[in-house]
Amino acid sequence: MWKSARSGAALLCAALLATACAGGEQAGTDTGSPEKVTLSYGVWDATQQAVMQELATEFTKTHPNVAVDVQLTPWVDYWTKLKAAVSGGAAPDVFWMNGPNFQLYASNGVIKPIEEQVDTSVWPKPLVDLYTYEGKLYGLPKDMDTVGVWYNKTLFDAAKVKYPADDWTWADFKEAAAELTDPDKGVHAVGAQLTSFQEYQYNTIYQAGGHVISPDGKKSGYDDPKTIEGLKFWTDLIAAKQSPDLKTMTDTATLQLFEAGKLAMYWGGSWNVAEFTKNDYTKDKVDVAPLPKGEKQATIIHGVANVMSAKTEHPAEAWEFVKFLGSKPAADILGKKGPIPAYNGTQSDWVAAHPELKLQTFLDAVAYAVPYPVSKNTAAWQEAELTHLTKAWTGEVPIEKAATDLATGMNDLLAKE
Amino acid sequence: MTTARAAHVAKRRGNRTQALWGYAFIAPTGLGLAIFNLWPVAQTAYFSFTEWGAFGGHTWTGLDNYTRLFADPEVGRAMLNTLTYTALGLIGIPLAIVFAALINRPGLRGVSVYRTAFFLPVVTMPVAVAMLWRWLYNGDYGLVNQALAVVGIDGPNWIADPATAMYALVVVGIWSSIGYNLIIFLAGMQAIPKELYEAAAMDGAGRVRQFFAITLPMLSPTAFFISIISVIGSLQLFDLVFVMTGSGQAARANPAYARLQTVVQLFYERAFVTNDRGYAAAIVIALLVLIAALTVVQFRLQRRWVHYV
Repeated sequence: MWKSARSGAALLCAALLATACAGGEQAGTDTGSPEKVTLSYGVWDATQQAVMQELATEFTKTHPNVAVDVQLTPWVDYWTKLKAAVSGGAAPDVFWMNGPNFQLYASNGVIKPIEEQVDTSVWPKPLVDLYTYEGKLYGLPKDMDTVGVWYNKTLFDAAKVKYPADDWTWADFKEAAAELTDPDKGVHAVGAQLTSFQEYQYNTIYQAGGHVISPDGKKSGYDDPKTIEGLKFWTDLIAAKQSPDLKTMTDTATLQLFEAGKLAMYWGGSWNVAEFTKNDYTKDKVDVAPLPKGEKQATIIHGVANVMSAKTEHPAEAWEFVKFLGSKPAADILGKKGPIPAYNGTQSDWVAAHPELKLQTFLDAVAYAVPYPVSKNTAAWQEAELTHLTKAWTGEVPIEKAATDLATGMNDLLAKE
Repeated sequence: MTTARAAHVAKRRGNRTQALWGYAFIAPTGLGLAIFNLWPVAQTAYFSFTEWGAFGGHTWTGLDNYTRLFADPEVGRAMLNTLTYTALGLIGIPLAIVFAALINRPGLRGVSVYRTAFFLPVVTMPVAVAMLWRWLYNGDYGLVNQALAVVGIDGPNWIADPATAMYALVVVGIWSSIGYNLIIFLAGMQAIPKELYEAAAMDGAGRVRQFFAITLPMLSPTAFFISIISVIGSLQLFDLVFVMTGSGQAARANPAYARLQTVVQLFYERAFVTNDRGYAAAIVIALLVLIAALTVVQFRLQRRWVHYV
């Protein structure tokens, strides 16, 4: 719906000449001397603080009257602090938003919908959908991530297993998993971890043709037999001892096991590039392949967006800044130093940074990517997912029962939203 | 008569001035207490009767939160876990007395070294303590299991196994609080008049007899104080469990979570994870009532075992 822009001029303005137009617009609306304004910009990733600062400086070049104060709050405190700040009317003017939290903020009216017509075809559609609530767009996508299978070439070679092909299937994966498992050396094929559905369960659920939540966000998909099949993919691996059991994975994170050569494969996001290229063990041993195909191909796509506080004192300037952050020049800067920029066609620098890895895999996956499933109070049913599925992961309850119990619990929670 | 009355009035007036000064002196502390402690308690009590969203704004729902509380199996489970931890944690008190008595032996060398060693965990950040023990308890790579392997025992995943998790937690709780208790008991022991021991020795009582007949009864007021403090502390257990089970939502993927979740942890999840703050308020008010009740019970019971000189 956003593609059907009213006028070509508006489209051009938003997409191509964001900064230039912005300057022009400001000159038009701001009669008289431009007032000095400082915008606060809330972010959570310390590794991106420098590039965010660079973007802020770049913005001030074209908007000399607007200074941007980048405020870093570490991830563990970010949402707690932001909620308190929003309740107290002291939220940053512009801040990072993620998928699971978005609808909570949008439905409570604490972030501002974008009024101007924006050409959204420059971002992957699932990300635009993720930040659209009741037909209104609230945030411009900043970056994106998809999931792939990181694999340890040394362990594949030792087990004489061929590296995953680009078109491999669940059957291929299971075959490889059986061959890669070596109880004598304490090597498992993969860790069916339960603490990151984004990298594990959600992917196989959609690959099996199932769903987590109905498109209208009102009903759980966990009682769908296909969804259960997607979960069973993992519990079968544990039962076959091709994955460590849940107790072991509770004591030692699967990431640590993979980096110690105890797991042959690790389903992980594109954000793991920094981790695996830095780690002494993995840096010359790993590569990445697409997720195996089930009934269909699927990977979860997620990305951070920049949103505006509904109570910002400088709505015009905040919007100019958000628009700049969503522009191609900003994405070009981000792509050199940060995560994958969401803006189509600006990702080549990110891929080129590590020619030894098949990073193009993560970009190719966008073609069949599924948005991260969310609703208004995502956190509530994400807790229920863990409460119920833990019992199936330990083998205490069959997966079919755990999943249908979860569906009941999740439906109750969705009804309260 | 008249003079007597005049004197009485004057005295009362004097008392009043004195009282006024007294209030003036406690005003800064009193105000701080009222603003930062009592007012939030009152607010929390009020919010426990409301439905409170993620960003403030509450609607009165009467007793809804409390009826839900009594029907919620997680509340019952968390209460049971918390009470179990509290009860088992009391073992730390006799242990502290024994260690204090050992350190208090006349002529023991390096008393300050022992005192420091025992007190060190108390001044260490609970989060650091929890992290450290998490590694020690690791089923595959932890020191505890490596030590057990030497004697041929295949140890469990201590904090991920529902059968062992609570005990593993209690050990850490006692280990980290024993130093504090020990220092207080040491002070208590050193306040016991020497003459009592001398007299007992004259009557032919040995070390052990002296300990049970003099030290223990004379320490009972200290033990009472410690038991009140440690029960209240245990009921509010949070940081240790929070870090040891696996921080944040990941904790729920711990198979032993059902045995470890405490009341305050449940409160944290409702208030800060699932945005159910009115209900979270009801949970802490229930905890407040429980703490008050247990403290009253302890004061009632003290007549049976606490000896004041």
